[in-house]
Amino acid sequence: MPPHADEAPASPPALEIEGLTKTYAGGVTALHGLDLEVGAGEFFGLLGANGAGKTTTIGIVTSLCRKSGGRVRVYGHDLDREPAEVRRLIGLCPQEINFNLFETVEDILTNQAGFYGVPRRAARTRITRILEQLDLGAKRRAVARTLSGGMKRRLLIARSLVHDPRLVILDEPTAGVDVEMRRDTWALLRRLNSEGRTIILTTHYLEEAEHLCDRIAILDHGRLLTVGLRRELLVRLAEEVYLFDLESAAVGLPPPPPGVRWRTLDPHTLEVFVARDTDLTALFLRLAEAGLRVRSLRNRANRLEELFLHLTARTAEVPVP
Amino acid sequence: MSPYWRTQAVAFVTILRRECLRILRIWPQTLFPSAITMTLYFVIFGSIIGRRVGLMDGVPYMSYIAPGLVMMAVITNSYSNVVSSFFGAKFSRYVEELLVAPVADVVVLLGYMGGGMIRGLTTGLIVTGVALFFAHLEIRHPWIMLTTVLITSATFSLAGFLNALFARKFDDISIIPTFVLTPLTYLGGVFYSIRVLPPFWRRLTRFNPILYMVNAFREGVLGVSDIGMARAYAMMSLFLALFFAAAYVVLRRARGLKS
Repeated sequence: MPPHADEAPASPPALEIEGLTKTYAGGVTALHGLDLEVGAGEFFGLLGANGAGKTTTIGIVTSLCRKSGGRVRVYGHDLDREPAEVRRLIGLCPQEINFNLFETVEDILTNQAGFYGVPRRAARTRITRILEQLDLGAKRRAVARTLSGGMKRRLLIARSLVHDPRLVILDEPTAGVDVEMRRDTWALLRRLNSEGRTIILTTHYLEEAEHLCDRIAILDHGRLLTVGLRRELLVRLAEEVYLFDLESAAVGLPPPPPGVRWRTLDPHTLEVFVARDTDLTALFLRLAEAGLRVRSLRNRANRLEELFLHLTARTAEVPVP
Repeated sequence: MSPYWRTQAVAFVTILRRECLRILRIWPQTLFPSAITMTLYFVIFGSIIGRRVGLMDGVPYMSYIAPGLVMMAVITNSYSNVVSSFFGAKFSRYVEELLVAPVADVVVLLGYMGGGMIRGLTTGLIVTGVALFFAHLEIRHPWIMLTTVLITSATFSLAGFLNALFARKFDDISIIPTFVLTPLTYLGGVFYSIRVLPPFWRRLTRFNPILYMVNAFREGVLGVSDIGMARAYAMMSLFLALFFAAAYVVLRRARGLKS
């Protein structure tokens, strides 16, 4: 049976944030009254540029950072009144390597389990399973500093899971990881989510968020810019951008049909801007009439990235009070 | 035991075990140096200079300085273990492993204090072993000796913890041992009886916590002391309580740990 299968229907939200503010000692305000709710069992993406407030939000939720105001509840437990219970429910995979590089993989995991009250014997069984899942079984007795960058990242993920948390928060878990390992990590995260764990993911790889997350929030300058289901957010994109690879050089390029813009990036590549849901057949025909055949086409960038740039660029024009 | 306290108990044992493993992993840095340093002290101060000094408080000089040298090792090792271990955890950010976990502040404090005590007591035993090559020691009051060494190692472990909390760079963890701890130890009656000091310096020395610790320990081992035991215990308990309260309050405020 999945470990948290019993929580699905009646469980309180995994995370409730109300009016969260954070002003650092130097006077910099990182969060301006953030409101956010993440449902139990969700795969939630928290996106934003550097300085948007993602890491501060995570820091406050995981007790690494003090809030200036507002409320945080995890599965109904208030961070101020029940900090130990809140911490017990969360597993954090931080952005930077923060384990003792002179300890063995096993010691790092056993210690972390111990800090959550898991006795050594019980921890050992759990650690064996997690290390196998993360393909680190052979490195159990290796000293952490001898691990490769990707292995260290996986060790961070393993450490966040040793106490069997219901809410797993991952801050850029695949940064600096090769493509194959990134795909494996995605598969693991999906499996964790399918077991009933709530996952909150911050990432700079918007493709990753688009691929994994059910709901996405975009932060900008400490404020919530938007939050919603991934597909709802993507619907907001009014325009799609394609790259057409032409079989021959784009000599004698005809004018585009109404509602379409295009330009050549190089003699064989055409960048095409079209309204959403535009029928592309007319474009192919127009090009074919001019003797230009399209060999292949692709999106210029992933759609979420476009939405992100669109939203953050819009707010950058509005002066922050 | 409630689940909360079971968690705290497991966490305490985990911190203590991690500290012990650290001490053993880097034993040439943690256990070995004191044996070398104290051997030199015994050779230079005991054998060479000590012969000229003769008796101190009716005890051969070599035997007289032995308890003080043991306490010196206990103090410096208890202190340096906690300051370097906790500052290392802070500097490399693996202290966050504890900060995100449901470990009570008092358990973190007791765990690191326990680690410091283990190293302090272990080096104290090693130095005692070294001392037996040079001096004849009979334990006159084992309970005084035992309680004094426990209180002393706990007090200086807490002092090391405080130093680590305030430290921002590696220089900050060497300033206090160099400019405060070492002078206090040398001036705390390790090598002489305060009766030989001029009145002004004798009065000033009474503000030094190490004086009470060294003398209580000497009373336990040799049965001689410059200070009455009631007063020594009162002062030692006072310093222990002060350091514990200070370390706990600073940790609770997460100074240097949370922004």
